[in-house]
Amino acid sequence: MLQKLLLGNLTLEAIPLHNPIIMGAGLFMGLIMLAVIGSLFYFKKWTWLWRDWLTSVDHKKIGIMYIILALIMLVRGLIDAMMMRLQQALAVGDATGYLPPEHYNQIFTAHGVIMIFFMAMPFMFGLINIVLPLQIGARDVAFPFLNSLSLWLAVVGASLINLSLIVGDFAATGWLAYPPLSELAYSPGVGVDYYIWALQISGVGTLLSGINFVVTIFKMRCPGMTLMKMPIFTWTVLCAMILVVLAFPVLTVTLGMLFLDRYFDMHFFTADLGGNAMVYINMIWIWGHPEVYILILPAFGIYSEVVATFSKKYLFGYATMVWATASITVLSFIVWLHHFFTMGSGPDVNAFFGIATMVIAIPTGVKVFNWLFTMYKGRITFTTPMLWTIGFITTFVFGGMTGVMMAVPAIDFQMHNSLFLIAHFHNAIIGGVVFGYLGGFTYWFPKAFGFKLNETLGKCAFWCWIVGFYTAFLPIYIVGLMGMTRRISHYDAATGWHPYLVVAAIGAGIITCGVIFQILQLVISFKNREKYRDLTGDPWGGRTLEWSIPSPAPLYNFATIPAVDSRDAFWVAKQRGHHDKQTSNQTLEIHMPKNTSAGFIIGMCSAVFGFAFVWHITWLVLAGLVGMIATIIVRSFDMHTDYYLTLENEG
Amino acid sequence: MSNNSDTMDVFGFWIYILSDCVLFATIFAVYAALNANMYGGVGLKGLFDLSYVLTETSALLISSFTCGLAIMAMYKNNLKQVMLWLMATFLLGFAFIGMEINEFINLTAEGHSWQTNASLSSFFTLVGTHGLHVLIGLLWMAVIILQLLIFELTPVLRRRLTYFALFWAFLDIIWIFVYIIVYLMGAI
Amino acid sequence: MLTLLDPKGMIAADETHIFIVSAVLMLLVVIPVVMMTLAFAWRYREGNIKADYAPEWSHSTILEVIWWSIPCVIVVILGVMTWTSSHRLDPYKPLAISGQKTITIQAIALQWKWLFIYPEQHIATVNYIEIPTGAPVQFLITSEGPMNSFQIQQLAGQIYAMAGMQTKLHLIANEPGTYKGISANFSGEGFSDMTFQVRATSQEQFNQWVKTVKQSPNKLTTESYDKLSQRSIKDPVRYYSSTTNDVFVAVMMKNMTPGKDLSNLCDRNILKVG
Repeated sequence: MLQKLLLGNLTLEAIPLHNPIIMGAGLFMGLIMLAVIGSLFYFKKWTWLWRDWLTSVDHKKIGIMYIILALIMLVRGLIDAMMMRLQQALAVGDATGYLPPEHYNQIFTAHGVIMIFFMAMPFMFGLINIVLPLQIGARDVAFPFLNSLSLWLAVVGASLINLSLIVGDFAATGWLAYPPLSELAYSPGVGVDYYIWALQISGVGTLLSGINFVVTIFKMRCPGMTLMKMPIFTWTVLCAMILVVLAFPVLTVTLGMLFLDRYFDMHFFTADLGGNAMVYINMIWIWGHPEVYILILPAFGIYSEVVATFSKKYLFGYATMVWATASITVLSFIVWLHHFFTMGSGPDVNAFFGIATMVIAIPTGVKVFNWLFTMYKGRITFTTPMLWTIGFITTFVFGGMTGVMMAVPAIDFQMHNSLFLIAHFHNAIIGGVVFGYLGGFTYWFPKAFGFKLNETLGKCAFWCWIVGFYTAFLPIYIVGLMGMTRRISHYDAATGWHPYLVVAAIGAGIITCGVIFQILQLVISFKNREKYRDLTGDPWGGRTLEWSIPSPAPLYNFATIPAVDSRDAFWVAKQRGHHDKQTSNQTLEIHMPKNTSAGFIIGMCSAVFGFAFVWHITWLVLAGLVGMIATIIVRSFDMHTDYYLTLENEG
Repeated sequence: MSNNSDTMDVFGFWIYILSDCVLFATIFAVYAALNANMYGGVGLKGLFDLSYVLTETSALLISSFTCGLAIMAMYKNNLKQVMLWLMATFLLGFAFIGMEINEFINLTAEGHSWQTNASLSSFFTLVGTHGLHVLIGLLWMAVIILQLLIFELTPVLRRRLTYFALFWAFLDIIWIFVYIIVYLMGAI
Repeated sequence: MLTLLDPKGMIAADETHIFIVSAVLMLLVVIPVVMMTLAFAWRYREGNIKADYAPEWSHSTILEVIWWSIPCVIVVILGVMTWTSSHRLDPYKPLAISGQKTITIQAIALQWKWLFIYPEQHIATVNYIEIPTGAPVQFLITSEGPMNSFQIQQLAGQIYAMAGMQTKLHLIANEPGTYKGISANFSGEGFSDMTFQVRATSQEQFNQWVKTVKQSPNKLTTESYDKLSQRSIKDPVRYYSSTTNDVFVAVMMKNMTPGKDLSNLCDRNILKVG
């Protein structure tokens, strides 16, 4: 009785001691954490960690932390993917593979949730954080404290998922947790609850970031930078963040109602008592479709920047690109039903949404031509970022093509939920989003850290990724056409799928080699950082303002805020011979925000809150809630959250 | 940080309000889809005491008015008046929430709880989400009142009062939609 | 074999045809784009000083017109195809063939098997369907719990099976043979084994089969249904020699409002179950 009060539903049985794979993973995670903590003690870096990172409100530091989170979760998501491919390569005929269905089902759910929410989104926010204020000539984002809070909420969400591995289970419902399967009747364990809280907590952070970046772009551009003179990456970020502000509340409500069904016995989506699962499916996709555009638009922006820089040419059709981005943004809200043509909405409704989906392919296709004609009559250097871009164009168009095909409802009736669909969206997301973020990572790494990454290893990584991608996903397209549906953990030999799934597993392995090359690249580049040092701040011959300041960027970004009068302002300045940037003889007083622990503390309270909710530990839920509210209130009493930095005689 | 900090902050708050609009729009949409799903139970029509709801609506509307008076007093730099009207806003808001909680308790006691069917789930969630926002507003108000006592009308507190007034007015507007769509239309 | 491109049913054949046409249309754009990408990358590489370099050229109205128009044209063509095919291949559209009687089969997605009830023949089966080749078949589909999706890939597309709702699918098998049916929407632990067999035979063989099923000792009653709806995996084929017509309706109704509220009925034509 007392145990129920103190610990809710949490017992020692929650730890799956009988499952060697999970315990192995848990041990691995534990060892890494011990290694990190041990190093911090050994090198006496706790104060540095607290002062320079955990309490930082500097967008550059926050961006780096987001990317660290993304890379860690990329490894976890890839391990999940390898486990899935291996299972499917093994479990043919009488063989059942090495993963029982209950486990396999959690793995594919975790793979999807992690890759979208805790790899792609943090990677995106990381790159935006590092680059955006520099591109618009600002010193920071509009709300630095909220920026820090968003980061820690994302970290907490990811931590809850990792914790679910060893304390309890994760959801086994697929990454969007459709009811009735995700309702208490069919998912009685804690898995779906971990899912709900990981997403709700990080979702708040995402929404705050959306607001933050929208305000930053609208209100903090340097003098002379009108909207049509902004870098194209900034435009795509603006559109993506508008999508965040409009779409994420829908996710919050949808998951909130699932939570109410599960915890308070409500009936929004239950099979009985008037609930309607179709409401969930509509709402989750009203969020879900804009979400994929949130991910791809900044990637498109990265490609635009990279292709212009490495073709030594203006981006072709800047105005068209802006209008194409804006139309994609608007259209992304009227296509959601194409995710469930098979739910029976009728031919008129289905046809409308199908045609709308195809219309969205038009501005997307136009962008491809604009990139091509940026290359045309340019002077192209095949740096790693440029390779990622060319790899993207040639790969993504197939993802787009298969998408347009499935936008025909009659085709979708056959292809829906088949591996053809899986291949399509991986084609678009890996070829589009991941290639873009990895390219952007290489491109902006010198600005963040002051040295370039080793090019050879970067290229090796690229080739592994692209060869691995095709090796993995062409067979997956084929087994889709051979009738294989998604989310199955074993199948008959008579289907003939086996050899293709073996090849697909090999492809996943090749991608893993790519990641290993990238880890190697980081280690070796760090060791040789003096050799790769970026001394000028402009290692690539860049065109936009972020390349006009030293690498790594100083705390305050710009000693004096620049003024611009054209696109590609830095390129123009260089042509005019004015690339001598921040000279000033005076002493400058720069207005900066103070570091604060409030974001970190609220984050930690949210972790307690979420974990306690999962296990129904009521007193702990209240404690977490009170902690969050108290921290906010205490911070609000702090009237001195900023200071002035004195800059003497910078030359 | 930049010079146009005030306009930037208020603009940011408007964007937040925009997101909250989407939140409520979504809950309204679910209400529209599910409010007729009573699974054989009593329709919402029979459950409302319209004069009661009118009273609590009036409390909220008047609290918006007193909030406006507080802002006007802020522009006139009259700290005492600001505190006075804020406290009036608080009391009226508190009355609104009290009446709403009372309504919820009565409905539940009569067997019409949020667990009964989808229609009631969506009713309690829509009205309850608004009520939760009001509760947060009350807490926020209490903190502002305390801070005004300590710091008086600093620029920071003026800005926060502005956000709060926006928030309170927004909640009022949402309530008008709730009143019309849930209670008045529900009673037809 | 590429099952989804090897149709044996009227609907599937139509769908496959559209698949191929749209693939070809899209490849008309995609292949030139890929070739242009590689060609431009090669020609305008830095080492190739013979190639023109025009760093300031970043706009061309005529090019914009061309590459806005080509996708628009393709989308118009595909759009028309979409409109017509969505109506022609609407799963709810009855397929009437003169002289052929439509067979009705009620399908209930259970955990983790399919129950098929033939209301006119008063028989039922688990994980097995037999139909006469060339006859129009009308499926009425629901689910006992989580969402599933009913699909016989070589004969037609799929449609979701949802609790408290009824969906419909029409198909005709063009050739006799044995086909695989699946659930195409993940529904939990036993999902991977939720397959069923479909045999299209001659009319005489079908009639004979119905007689065989009617000799089965199993009867589908409320009790035997309750037992059947318990969780199980890899269920063998089972026959029921008699059914009460109410089973399908009862399964749907217990999740809908008891009484008159039919607001959850996902059916565009109100069905009377006989």
